[in-house]
Amino acid sequence: MNDDLIIGGEKFSSRLIMGTGGAPSLEVLDAALVASGTELTTVAMRRLDPSAHGSVLDVLRRRGIKVLPNTAGCFTAGEAVLTARLAREALETDWVKLEVIADERTLLPDPLETFDAAERLVADGFTVLPYIGDDPVLARRLEQAGCAAVMPLGAPIGSGLGIRNPHNIELIVEFANVPVILDAGIGTASDAALAMELGCDAVLLATAVTRARQPELMAQAMRSAVAAGRAAHLAGRIPRRRYAEASSPLHR
Amino acid sequence: MKVTINGTAHELPDGATVAQAVRILTANRSGVAVAVNDEVVSRGAWDSTALAEDDRVEVLTAVQGG
Repeated sequence: MNDDLIIGGEKFSSRLIMGTGGAPSLEVLDAALVASGTELTTVAMRRLDPSAHGSVLDVLRRRGIKVLPNTAGCFTAGEAVLTARLAREALETDWVKLEVIADERTLLPDPLETFDAAERLVADGFTVLPYIGDDPVLARRLEQAGCAAVMPLGAPIGSGLGIRNPHNIELIVEFANVPVILDAGIGTASDAALAMELGCDAVLLATAVTRARQPELMAQAMRSAVAAGRAAHLAGRIPRRRYAEASSPLHR
Repeated sequence: MKVTINGTAHELPDGATVAQAVRILTANRSGVAVAVNDEVVSRGAWDSTALAEDDRVEVLTAVQGG
């Protein structure tokens, strides 16, 4: 069955987008990325460190994984726009995961700065994938502003709390005409499966894999969970009932 | 003249270019981006863009994150 994910006109057969933060080494990251089957993976932009050995870019290039730069660490629209432009220059891609956080304690996305930056980046020709709270109205407004996808959180970054408000995620999915990518909060495989069952088009996760006891094994679990959740969504779950409904005839 | 490269003060000859500032940190030209005073300088313009006293040069690359 052909069930490609299409973002900004590009096709992906994997619906699992990976982050690269938190991995203990590039070797561990490499093994986890391969096990995840991902075709799209985020990186951050930072000051060049002359003493650093090896590069996450080499890993992605070697594995043929498309790079998705993010604007992590930005607190204002201005910082995010500059970071996106630097990423475009360094990585030769106009794709950007737009991430503008409000404070370091919650790492929650700032909706006003994010919207401002999104408008400016769309006008500048970027393919913009904004990280947002689970707000159906903001998701719709960002789609109208020309974003190529929306990326609502399940729970705060790195919290592993899963999807705190499945109802809002369903509302976002219901209204969206661009891909909905559940981003942040995934703790384990069932969370990723739930995101897909709710109708999300893809899942983005990092910490759940990179900080697992066995990252490669967890990456494999996430790959299966995303595929299973997607299949279940397409297949259509049975309605929930208050009482039993016999699946075998009750009388001989 | 004094310029700041990634937050550290450096002494460069007058008329030094963005390319010279980048070379202090790395011989690579790919996978790297430069902003001078918060404006991106595209790779093609590194050799022809002269720096001025007190310029703030940021040299960035991709790292693990997100």
